[in-house]
Amino acid sequence: MGSLSGWVMIAVTAAGCYALKLAGLSVPAHWLEHPALRRFAALAPVALLAALTAVQTFGHDQALTIDARAAGVAAAAVALLLRAPFLVVVIAAAAVTAGLRLLTG
Amino acid sequence: MRGVTTTLPARSTGAVVRDALAVSLAVGVSGVAFGATATASGFSVAQTCALSLFVCTGASQFALVGSVASGGSPVAAVAGALLLGARNTFYGVRLADLLKPRPMLRPVAAHMVIDETTAVALAQPDRRSARVGFTATAIALYTAWNLTTLAGAVGAGLIGDTAAYGLDAAVPAAFLALLWPRLAEGRDQRRTGLVAVVIALAATPLLAPGVPVLLALLAIPAVVLAARTRRAR
Repeated sequence: MGSLSGWVMIAVTAAGCYALKLAGLSVPAHWLEHPALRRFAALAPVALLAALTAVQTFGHDQALTIDARAAGVAAAAVALLLRAPFLVVVIAAAAVTAGLRLLTG
Repeated sequence: MRGVTTTLPARSTGAVVRDALAVSLAVGVSGVAFGATATASGFSVAQTCALSLFVCTGASQFALVGSVASGGSPVAAVAGALLLGARNTFYGVRLADLLKPRPMLRPVAAHMVIDETTAVALAQPDRRSARVGFTATAIALYTAWNLTTLAGAVGAGLIGDTAAYGLDAAVPAAFLALLWPRLAEGRDQRRTGLVAVVIALAATPLLAPGVPVLLALLAIPAVVLAARTRRAR
């Protein structure tokens, strides 16, 4: 990475990403007294994290695929239904995915 | 405070910290993949480490180096990274209410307002354990992410492909597990999650990376309006 343009790009990205984080954390408390905004703020992480989970499970660049990751996340869902502890859920997903890849080459 | 009332039993500090460490381990390891990708895309080791230290939001970092690697202009690369970083703003709004951080701590905490810390904080039953969860995840993840970035940047070949260990499935599984208590909590949460998934997946083939996840926010007005219509009938 051409060193000057590379460093400028890194600095702008770092500053921009930090500003985006700080802006959210700094909303005035009285904004959140408004019921509609409070409701939106409460549900936003649920929507974003659910969407992120789905894209990480089925997305491959801009295509959708069902591969070993989906089997791993399905195993995690089963573990959650069985009330398994967090670490067991995560390990189940990794193990099933790794195992499937090992079997299918 | 909706969503963090006493419907769930209180949790010990140890249990919360264990969650934080598990997430940091699962996600932190993908720092290896980032370090390797960035150096392969032409970033120096110092630049790669600077990205993890100062940008510190994985999806944006991957987008930036991916865009550069595929010959995109610097402006397009930065724009893509910021687009992906925009969801952290919404996390911040939620965390401001959930954690009520002291004004002095805000600038420090802001650096770690990301997917993982939000998910762990959100999974806790009360403010005290949400604060413990946020802080523990922030420290453990920042450490793991930066160390593994360095490892990936200097010795990419030594660790091999992290996909072989199924870590690319461990990350969404961790998010699912952290969302679970919220989804179990109420119909609106479940509906919002479900509609968000449908929107994001439908939009993935059509829109630039990062946009589908942001677009999923439309699930909230959709679910709220539907509930209102049902009540009016």
